[in-house]
Amino acid sequence: MTIDMSQFYQVFFDEADELLAEMEKLLLALDVSAPDSEDLNAIFRAAHSIKGGAATFAFTDITEVTHMLESLLDRIRKGEMGLTPEHVDAFLVAKDVLTMQMDGHHHGSSVDQAAVDSVCQRLKALSQGIVAAAPTTVPNPPAAAAMPEAAAAPVVDADGNCRFRIELPDVPQKDVDALAAELGLLGTIVQETLDDKRAAFILTSGESQDNIVAICSFVLDPDDLKITYDAAPAAASADTVPGTPAEDPGYGIFEPENGSAAAPQVPTAAADAAAVPAGEVKNYGRRATDREGGSQESSSIRVSVEKVDQLINLVGELVITQAMIEQRIAALDPLHHERLLNSAGQLARNTRDLQEAVMSIRMMPMDYVFSRFPRMVRDLAAKLGKKVEFVTRGAATELDKGLIERIVDPLTHLVRNSVDHGVEMPDRRTASGKNETGKLVLSAAHQGGNIVIEVSDDGGGLNRERILDKARQQGLPVSDSMPDSDVWQLIFAPGFSTAEVVTDVSGRGVGMDVVKRNITAMGGTVDIRSIPGTGTTIAISLPLTLAILDGMSVRVGEEIYILPLGYVIESLQPAAVDVKEVAGQGRVVKVREEYLPLIPLHQIFAIDPQFEDPSQGIIVILETEGKKAALLVDSLVGQQQVVVKNLETNFRKVAGISGATILGDGGVSLILDVSALLRSSRQLAADPVFF
Amino acid sequence: MTKTILAVDDSGSLRQMLSFSLKAAGYGVIEAIDGEDGLNKAKRQTVDLVLTDQNMPGMDGLSLIRALRAMKNYQNVPILMLTTESGDDIKAMGRAAGANGWLVKPFDPARLTEVVKKLIG
Repeated sequence: MTIDMSQFYQVFFDEADELLAEMEKLLLALDVSAPDSEDLNAIFRAAHSIKGGAATFAFTDITEVTHMLESLLDRIRKGEMGLTPEHVDAFLVAKDVLTMQMDGHHHGSSVDQAAVDSVCQRLKALSQGIVAAAPTTVPNPPAAAAMPEAAAAPVVDADGNCRFRIELPDVPQKDVDALAAELGLLGTIVQETLDDKRAAFILTSGESQDNIVAICSFVLDPDDLKITYDAAPAAASADTVPGTPAEDPGYGIFEPENGSAAAPQVPTAAADAAAVPAGEVKNYGRRATDREGGSQESSSIRVSVEKVDQLINLVGELVITQAMIEQRIAALDPLHHERLLNSAGQLARNTRDLQEAVMSIRMMPMDYVFSRFPRMVRDLAAKLGKKVEFVTRGAATELDKGLIERIVDPLTHLVRNSVDHGVEMPDRRTASGKNETGKLVLSAAHQGGNIVIEVSDDGGGLNRERILDKARQQGLPVSDSMPDSDVWQLIFAPGFSTAEVVTDVSGRGVGMDVVKRNITAMGGTVDIRSIPGTGTTIAISLPLTLAILDGMSVRVGEEIYILPLGYVIESLQPAAVDVKEVAGQGRVVKVREEYLPLIPLHQIFAIDPQFEDPSQGIIVILETEGKKAALLVDSLVGQQQVVVKNLETNFRKVAGISGATILGDGGVSLILDVSALLRSSRQLAADPVFF
Repeated sequence: MTKTILAVDDSGSLRQMLSFSLKAAGYGVIEAIDGEDGLNKAKRQTVDLVLTDQNMPGMDGLSLIRALRAMKNYQNVPILMLTTESGDDIKAMGRAAGANGWLVKPFDPARLTEVVKKLIG
């Protein structure tokens, strides 16, 4: 029976990805001095399962690496070998190599064979009890010359031995004997005769391939030799690689012990069961997490993103239709149409619930992003000789899938910057009276209609003077009296590339303009807080989803605009005395003992308003990025959910407008870009139309 | 009548493989994700053959075999161990626990059906 195995690949890849991620998580959390035996078992099992799957699908390269990993882990979990930080490092590298190999099979991406060989050697060295000093060295070029095929990576068994297959050229028998004697000194050899009468050896030895070539060169020209790693490891001869002829069928049926034909051995089994040491059972003790993993698998289904997006679109249309109905029936007499109005109210509630449920399908926990950072911070800190404690908070906070994928790169950049430039070297920290281990906090939290993601370090903080100097050199308009928050924003200026400013000081900037651009493109904002000597926090604020928002509709003249509700704090009609003219800054309005800049919406869009006097119209207090302002409009129309239609794809980008929506009556209304409005409010006084 | 096989393995891809191969050979297959799940499913319906992985989280294969052999209606049901550990000690332990045979992973689907046929026809 032949079966096309490729149909099962996807499940294996998904499963292996999960196992590898789990393995990495456990490795990072492992306490090297006192590893939890449950964790070691779980790591071992992950390696074991991947090996089993890889072998089934004949991914021999993966089988080889996992085999070494598994045997080493097996010895550690059984206590035959102590766990060292070198082990953990090597395991992590092996995990990376496996991921690479997996991608190679899955997506056809290239596999760095040197890295595979390197990790194999490293694992092999560890299994021999040697701590590899420089694991990054790529295996010797001469070996490659003697092994043109480079078909298989070395397979190292639990004793640290490799199986080499050495094919000899057609040489006299005495040379073969001489070689056999020489090679016999290196390890155990098995001699074979090839089809064309040439001789070949299978050598099981801990020696490097170089040494084997060197030994052979006493007898004959090494260039005539063909040395390959024998794919089947000696220790696991039953793990037959498909394609190689095997006498071992790979299965067996136990013969009855007492000769009585097919009698099952039940009585002995029961007796033996009692005799098995209790420790053995404990070894595979229950793990709560594994159970969860198992049940999760059976209670989730995979659906393509297109289907979900289609669903969201349809719900969006439904929301519009529902809003239309609501508007049409608003004019009806409640006494005569009580039942219709009740049903419509129910429809509104159900629509909203349905919409929330559908939107939540696209929501993914931030853990999806956060989980990749512990490893990165660990590696980076080690490379820089820094000590960094990495903490994540709010990993369960959910964000739209589309946004979560786009936040990865900017966030990676910020975290990398924090470790590289934020956290100081241990001696420097000690000198300034801090704990020598720096702290890097990555947090996520919901705030209104936004998610706020913060990268916070307790490093040296940004250097105001250096940034200002650099900005002047770049010809940016700056002044010494600029508030800190504006100075920090300078590092987002394009081309504020930093190299000099940043190194050694706590500046940041490599590609910060790209970070800012990416986040702005997602409809978010970036805010920096920094205190010299105490640390820096970079806060990214993103809308939870881009598709639907809660809006407040306001009227100016004949036009209706939508304000995203998340920005609205309150609305009121100010007393005439509370509105004051400030020289050079336009008008301000006093609200709860606070003077806020007044932004007349009609002025911005050059519309004839119903009221020019704030005390006759309505002001809506808006807040974004910690700044408040009062927007003057004629009247409030209502509050409703609107489906955001992208203006750029349908028309072009318009400053001050973030999108458009279709109203219940079929009319189009523009959604105001509150952040841009507030940013412009300071320039408004000088220039009535700011764009 | 279709013979039913209980396939116990924590790896989804392996289960899928087992299930596909066995169904293609005309057997009915019940899948279980670990020893405990396997035991529960075995209790619900007496199957004609049990295929179990050895190394699984929670209840492992050996414990499952012992638990099955302790049940009255499973004393004569053939049990095959699936294992990547081809070591003799594991085989011996399996035998002691009451397994009828073993099959090394990775397995060729043909080998799987071959050994299953030998046991239950």
